[in-house]
Amino acid sequence: MSHNLVMMSYTVATILFILSLSGLSHQENARRGNYYGMLGMAIAIVATVLSDTVNSYTILILALLIGGAIGTKAALKVEMTQMPELVAIMHSLVGMAAVLVGYANFMDHSSTITGVEKSIHEIEIYLGILIGAVTFSGSVIAFGKLSEKISGKPMLLPGRHWLNLGLLVASIFLGWLFLQQAETGGGILPLLLMTAIALAFGVHMVMAIGGADMPVVVSMLNSYSGWAAAATGFMLSNDLLIVTGALVGSSGAILSYIMCRAMNRHFLSVIAGGFGTTGGEAAVVEGEVTPIDVEETARLLLDARNIMIIPGYGMAVAQAQHTVNEITKFLKDKGKTVCFGIHPVAGRMPGHMNVLLAEAKVPYDIVFEMDEINEDWGNVDVTIVIGANDIVNPSALNDPNSPIAGMPVLECWKGDTSIVMKRSMASGYAGVGNPLFVLENTRMLFGDANTTLQAVLKALRG
Amino acid sequence: MKIGIPKEIHPGEKRVATTPEVAAQIMKLGFTVSIESGAGLAADISDDAYKAQGVEIVTDTKTLWSGADIILKVRAPEQLPILAVHEVDLLPEGGRLISFIWPAQNADLMQKLVAKKATVLAMDSVPRVSRAQKLDALSSMANIAGYRAIVEAAQHFGRFFTGQITAAGKIPPAKVLVIGAGVAGLAAIGAAKSMGAIVRSFDTRPEVKEQIESMDAEFLMLDFKEEGSGAGGYAKTMSPEFIAAEMALFAEQAKEVDIIVTTALIPGKPAPKLITAAMVESMKPGSVIVDLAAEQGGNCELTEKDQVVVKHNVTVIGYTNLPSRLANQSSQLYSTNLRHLLTELCPEKNGEINVNMEDEVIRGTTVIKEGNITWPPPPPKLSAAPAPQAEAAVLIATPKKSLIPEPVKSLLPLIIGGLVLFGIGAVAPASFMSHFTVFVLACFIGYQVIWSVTPSLHTPLMSVTNAISGIIVIGALVQISAPGLIITVLAGLAILIASINIAGGFLVTRRMLEMFRK
Repeated sequence: MSHNLVMMSYTVATILFILSLSGLSHQENARRGNYYGMLGMAIAIVATVLSDTVNSYTILILALLIGGAIGTKAALKVEMTQMPELVAIMHSLVGMAAVLVGYANFMDHSSTITGVEKSIHEIEIYLGILIGAVTFSGSVIAFGKLSEKISGKPMLLPGRHWLNLGLLVASIFLGWLFLQQAETGGGILPLLLMTAIALAFGVHMVMAIGGADMPVVVSMLNSYSGWAAAATGFMLSNDLLIVTGALVGSSGAILSYIMCRAMNRHFLSVIAGGFGTTGGEAAVVEGEVTPIDVEETARLLLDARNIMIIPGYGMAVAQAQHTVNEITKFLKDKGKTVCFGIHPVAGRMPGHMNVLLAEAKVPYDIVFEMDEINEDWGNVDVTIVIGANDIVNPSALNDPNSPIAGMPVLECWKGDTSIVMKRSMASGYAGVGNPLFVLENTRMLFGDANTTLQAVLKALRG
Repeated sequence: MKIGIPKEIHPGEKRVATTPEVAAQIMKLGFTVSIESGAGLAADISDDAYKAQGVEIVTDTKTLWSGADIILKVRAPEQLPILAVHEVDLLPEGGRLISFIWPAQNADLMQKLVAKKATVLAMDSVPRVSRAQKLDALSSMANIAGYRAIVEAAQHFGRFFTGQITAAGKIPPAKVLVIGAGVAGLAAIGAAKSMGAIVRSFDTRPEVKEQIESMDAEFLMLDFKEEGSGAGGYAKTMSPEFIAAEMALFAEQAKEVDIIVTTALIPGKPAPKLITAAMVESMKPGSVIVDLAAEQGGNCELTEKDQVVVKHNVTVIGYTNLPSRLANQSSQLYSTNLRHLLTELCPEKNGEINVNMEDEVIRGTTVIKEGNITWPPPPPKLSAAPAPQAEAAVLIATPKKSLIPEPVKSLLPLIIGGLVLFGIGAVAPASFMSHFTVFVLACFIGYQVIWSVTPSLHTPLMSVTNAISGIIVIGALVQISAPGLIITVLAGLAILIASINIAGGFLVTRRMLEMFRK
C-alpha cells in the first residue's frame, strides 16, 4: 500500500475515532459510536500492516492474536464491579507499550535526521518513555488499591513534596545528560536511570492518594495514557497517534476536572495527596442515631409516593445492585415513582454507579445526575442511601471547617425521611463524621447492604 | 421484674398505659407484665388481645398493685372511689411508679409518695433534649390534642373547611388562627391545612416562623422586637408592651377568622388570657374557639373547663381530655414513650431497672427516688433553639490574601502557555511544527467532544478511550520490521500488550453499552 493511501486510511481512522467519542453523548447512539471506533482501529491496523515499512509478519500476527485473545477473555469475564480495576490495568498496558516503543525507537538507528531535528526527536523519545513509565507504575498501584491488594489509605512519606521535586530535578538533569550522550550514539544509561525514577515517581504519586480520590486518579491516568500515545506519535512523526493521543489525553483531563469539581478540590491538591491535612477543627457530630428495622423500612416504602435511591461504593462492594433493581421494579409496579440520584464521585471511577445499575437492568431514564435532582427534594417522601457517606454529608455545606467543605452533595435531608443503610457507624473515606445520621428525619438501617435489601424485598412482598 | 398496669380511674379517662404490641416488646427486655382486667376496653383493646401476647390478666385491683414491682399509669394516682382507698396506699412500700405526676400542682400527692419511700418517674418531667424526644409523652399527647382540636372545631362549625366552587355557588374556605405553634399548635395547623382551610399562626418565639411556613401556613408577624424563647424551648412571659401589641393583633384577627385554636402555655404559670370577651363578641356568628389551655385556666376569658359553651353565638370548647378522646391512638403513643423509657432504664435487657441519676434524661424524669424528692432537676443544658453561632467560624471563612493580584492570577496560565508556544515556534523545525499544529487542534476537538458526553456514560468513555489509546500499536507495528533482535522483541511485546487493550477495551465497552436499556 502506498504511503499516500496509508495516510488517507489514517485520516479516515481519525474521523471514526472522533465519531466514536461523540457517539457517547447519548445512550441511543453510543453503541454505534463504539462500532465506529472498532472500524477505525481495524482500518488503521490493516493499513499499517499493509504499508511498505512492514515486512515481518509472523511475530506481528502472533502478537496481535495472543494479545487480542487475552483482551477478549478479560472483557468477557470481568465483573461490572471490577471495572475500575480493569480500566486501571489497561492504562498501565498503554504506559508499558509506550515505554517499549520508546526504547525500540531509541535503538533503531536507521533514521538519518540531524541537528535540531535530531535533538527534538531525542527529547520526544525521552518524554515518551517518561510519561509511559509514570503511567505504567501509577496504574499498577491504582489497580492494587482498587482491588484492595494495597491499602486504600494514603501513604504519606515525610517531605514528600521535596521528594517529588527532587525526582523532577533529577529527571531534567538526566535528560540533559541523555541529550549530550546521544550526540555520540550513547545515552542508554541516563535513559534507564530516568525510567527507574519515573517508575518510582508513579508509585509514590498514587500511593499518597486516598481511596475517595480514586475517581480523580483513574481519570488522570487515563489522561496520561493518552499523552503517552501522543508523545509516541511525535517520536514516530505519526499524526494518527498524535491525534488519538490528544483525544484520549484531553478526555481524561476533562474527566479529572469534572471529578475535582464534584469534590470541590483543586486538581493539584488531589495529586499532592494527603486528604484532610488543612483547615481548622471540624465540628464534632453530636446526637443519637435512630435505628429502624426491615419491616418498618418496608412500611415506609409502601406508604411513600416518591422514592429516591442514592447508591454509593457500598452498593458495589455488597453487589446489591440486582436486589435494588428488584425492589425498584416492585415499587414501580405499585405505582410509585422511583428515581436514582448519582453523585459524580460515587464509586471508584467516573460513571461507575451508572454502569452497575445498567448491569442490573435498571432503566437509564430513571437514573439522574446530582445537578438534575438536587432541587427536587421537597417532593421526595423516602430516600434510601445505600453504602454512601461523604456524598450525602450536610457538613460539606454548612461547616466551613469540614475537610469536605464546599463539596456539592446530594441534599437528601431536605426530603421527608432518609433511610441510611450502613454496615456500622464508621465514617466514610474522608474520615469525616456525618451529621445526617443523627438528624430527626434520618433512620439508620444497619447490616450488609445486599442481605438487608433482600430482607426488605421479602418484607415488601410480605 | 414484674410490671403492673392498673385500669385508669379518672372520670372520662379512656387511655391505657400499655398496648399489647408494646407489652410484647417490654417482655423482650426481660420484664413480666400483668394488667388489670378491662384496662384497655375504653381504648378498644380487649383482655384477649393482651392474653395473646402473654400478658397476665388480674381481676383484683389490690392484687395487681401489690404484686407489681413497677406500676405504669397514665394519670397521677388518686382516690379510688369503689374501694375507698387512695391508689398510693395500694402501692407497696418502696414501689416504683411511672406516670404523669405534675409535681408542681400535686404537692400532697408527692408527700404521700415520699411516705411510701417510692421511686417515681414523671412522664411530664422528661427533659427537653433531643435524645429524650422518643420518650417525650407531653409532645406525643400534645400532637394528638392539636389534631383532635381541629376535629372538635369542625364538629361545631357549621360550614366546610375547604373552599369549593360548585354549581350551587362558591364556598369560601374557612380561616383558622392557631395561637402558639408548639407541638399541639403545629399538629392543629397540619390537620386544618389538610382539610383545606386557610391557616394563620402566631407565636412569641421567632424561631418557629420557619416551621409554620414549612407547613404552608401564614406566620403573623408582630412589628415588635422581643425574644420570646425561654429555657428548654418553652415560651416565657412577655413585656406589657409586647402583650398590648399582641392583643391588638388578635382583636383584628378575631373579626376575620372562623376558628381560633389557642395553645399558649407558660410552664408553671396560669395560661395567659389572650382572647377577651370583647374579641369573642366581635367574631362572626357560628365561629368556634378551641382552648387547649383550659386545664391551666384557659387562654380565652369565656372558657369553661371541660365544657362546650355558646357565648355571643360563638362556641367555646374547653375540653381537657382531648388525647383521651382518641384513646386508642394516644394509648399507643404513650405506651411507646413508656417503652423507650424502660429501655433507657434497663440497658442490660435483663428485666432489672437501674435508676441511673448520672444519666441526664433519667435524672430529669425522676421526681422521687427512694422516698427523697429530686424535683425540680437541674436545668437541661440544651435548648431546642439553635445556639448562636460562634464568631470564630466567621473569622476562618475570610479568604487569605494572595501575593499575586486576582486578574493577573487568572491570566497567568494563558501567559505561560503563550510564552511556551512562542518559544517552541522560535526554535522548532518545520516538520515538528506541522505535527504540533495537528496536536493542538486535536486537543481542542477532544475538549469539545468530551464535554458533550453524558455523565452516565463516563465509564464506557474511559474504556473506549482505553481501547483507542491502544492505537500505540501502530508505533510498534512500524518498528517490528526494523533490523535488530532487541527491537523486534520490544516491538513484538508492545504489539501484544496494545492489542490486549484494543480487544479488551472495545469489547468491554460493547458489553457495558448493551446493558444500558430504557
